[in-house]
Amino acid sequence: MVGDSCTLCGACVESCEVGALSLERQTKAVQDDLAGWSGVLVFCEYRGNELAPVSLELLGIGRQLADRRGVQLSGLLLGHNTGETAKLLIGHGADVVYLVDDPALGAFRDDCYSQVTAAVIREYKPEIVLAGATAIGRSFIPGVATMLDAGLTADCTKLQIREEDGALLQTRPAFGGNIMATIVTESTRPQMATVRPKVMKQLEYSEARKGKVISITPTPQQLHSRVQVLESVVAEGGQVNIQEADILVSGGRGLESAKGFELISELAETMGAKVSASRAVVDAGWIAYPHQVGQTGKTVAPKLYIACGISGAVQHVAGMQSADTIVAINRDEHASIFNVADYGIVGDLFDILPKLIRKIEERR
Amino acid sequence: MKIIVCIKQVPDATDVRLDPVTNTLAREGVQSIMNPYDQHALEEAVRLRERLGGEVVVVTMGPPQAEEMLRQAISCGADRAVLVSDRAFAGADTWATAYTLENALKKIGSFDLILCGKQAIDGDTAQVGPGLATRMGVPYLTCVQKVREATGTGLIVERMMDDGYDVVAVDYPVLLTVVKNINEPRVPSLKGKMKAKKAEIVKLTAADIGADPACIGLPGSPTKVVKVFPPEGRSKRATLTGTLDEQLDQLVEKLIPYL
Ligand SMILES: Cc1cc2nc3c(=O)[nH]c(=O)nc-3n(C[C@H](O)[C@H](O)[C@H](O)COP(=O)(O)OP(=O)(O)OC[C@H]3O[C@@H](n4cnc5c(N)ncnc54)[C@H](O)[C@@H]3O)c2cc1C
Ligand SMILES: Nc1ncnc2c1ncn2[C@@H]1O[C@H](COP(=O)(O)O)[C@@H](O)[C@H]1O
Repeated sequence: MVGDSCTLCGACVESCEVGALSLERQTKAVQDDLAGWSGVLVFCEYRGNELAPVSLELLGIGRQLADRRGVQLSGLLLGHNTGETAKLLIGHGADVVYLVDDPALGAFRDDCYSQVTAAVIREYKPEIVLAGATAIGRSFIPGVATMLDAGLTADCTKLQIREEDGALLQTRPAFGGNIMATIVTESTRPQMATVRPKVMKQLEYSEARKGKVISITPTPQQLHSRVQVLESVVAEGGQVNIQEADILVSGGRGLESAKGFELISELAETMGAKVSASRAVVDAGWIAYPHQVGQTGKTVAPKLYIACGISGAVQHVAGMQSADTIVAINRDEHASIFNVADYGIVGDLFDILPKLIRKIEERR
Repeated sequence: MKIIVCIKQVPDATDVRLDPVTNTLAREGVQSIMNPYDQHALEEAVRLRERLGGEVVVVTMGPPQAEEMLRQAISCGADRAVLVSDRAFAGADTWATAYTLENALKKIGSFDLILCGKQAIDGDTAQVGPGLATRMGVPYLTCVQKVREATGTGLIVERMMDDGYDVVAVDYPVLLTVVKNINEPRVPSLKGKMKAKKAEIVKLTAADIGADPACIGLPGSPTKVVKVFPPEGRSKRATLTGTLDEQLDQLVEKLIPYL
């Protein structure tokens, strides 16, 4: 009944009302020391002398998972000149921080980062490992998982503990957000996941939280690298890091020109927001590719997303539908962006945006 | 210069939906395309070969109908194509996929450079490239947006980061995953199409690549999908009413808490 293109995703089994379909779920051989793995480890990303905000969000969810399992929450901090950061991690929920502070870890290099991280995981054997689904996390964590022969789930938006057996239920969007899938890693440890920024909530900092910092000295072999970072360029003063923005003002082809796009920047400035865009305007050269939201751009989950002159093609929506609140401004009342928007205004953006900017300025 | 490009056939995502009632993948009549990022990987490979000489081999693990995509790759400039196909590969996660590709690549022979797309738009994982490189024991760089310099011994590339980019130097052998602003893929030439029609596609099964049955397909995959479901609908929807001016006032009221 199924053809060659069946991927054994199992969707057919769930949907069959009479239970006529079944999939023989052969599973991977169970790792023999499964019970020897315990605790939740969060990779805490430090780049350009700053902790990536997603690290604190992961300590927040990590704390919940660790408490549910009755185990320890640890943070792994890699970098150079990390100063008081380890203490900050404890104030945000970590019981233990493994600190690897070394000049060789100042610039991000996949090979050093994965060798050091894999060594720490082998030593302390956490059952769950979480990292941010950032450029860095999504680059080197797959290397770590491969070294450990561990299962890895990308870009999760929800994490829970399964009642029966304490396994980690990892939920993530697939097919450009058209489908959600829940994934488990049953037979091997650790269970690894990268987690989308802005989805999990961080805990309030508390001076009262106590924890331990364990400094680790990496071996020369672990720090051996075959790549050389010649230069790190922060583009446009960091304005391109749209995944960490709370508010995004996003422009599409409705702006008609690069000049029209200046209205977007103006609104963004008024609101303290960053600027993003549809692919159409990136292709037109009005703004650089790192600002592109969507299936072939970045996936964002800001608190507020304001789409101006964007039609709402599925490939665009795939990248922004997990925003908390979506506002759409479009002159075509049938534009599909209105199907995902919480607040929509039908009208000409060249008329609306200047008025909106003025009204916001008046209220501040 | 020998370059291997890993390409994947994916459903055109515009068409993929889960029927909210039956929870089935509504894949009827869904077109298959070459993963968009992989088109850029292929284009970069062909450009490098044009400058430095050598050979571009495209490889895919997929069902028999992926042959069509391999022919398309040849029409776009690839020299040879390999289809790694076996019923036993079905249900592979990124671990099992990287394992399979590793064994296929060992069969294909030595290489200087492996190119992958940043991610496949069906699974959106971006894990196969780094997994494959790690298994092969070669360094890798992800999200490469520009090849600044390419010589017979190595590369200097720009790798996209969240806040900008890094300029990185690396010697062969190396694996890169690429993003779409690295180049503009060409359209197939008439000559290329002719060549594609006649080209012989090498086919490899699980046995051909000496794969351990416990490491491929569903049984080889550490991760397991236990549930698929449609995303929750957005529920907050509210309407703004009145004149444009009134609507804007209501909107600003809603926006103020975010500022
Ligand atoms: C494989 C693939 C991958 C893709 N990946 C992405 C991706 O990652 N991100 C992405 O965004 N797209 C992506 N696309 C493209 C996508 O399909 C759409 O073409 C694109 O999103 C359209 O951009 P747009 O909404 O800005 O332009 P249009 O679709 O042209 O929409 C412009 C909108 O502006 C409105 N408008 C015009 N003038 C005004 C005015 N004066 N006032 C108010 N409204 C006005 C119009 O009514 C219209 O709705 C991808 C496509 C493919 C095939
Ligand atoms: N089945 C496959 N065959 C060949 N290459 C693949 C396959 N799956 C993934 N890849 C390569 O790995 C990249 C990342 O895929 P993914 O990790 O699935 O998002 C793709 O862009 C391809 O270059």
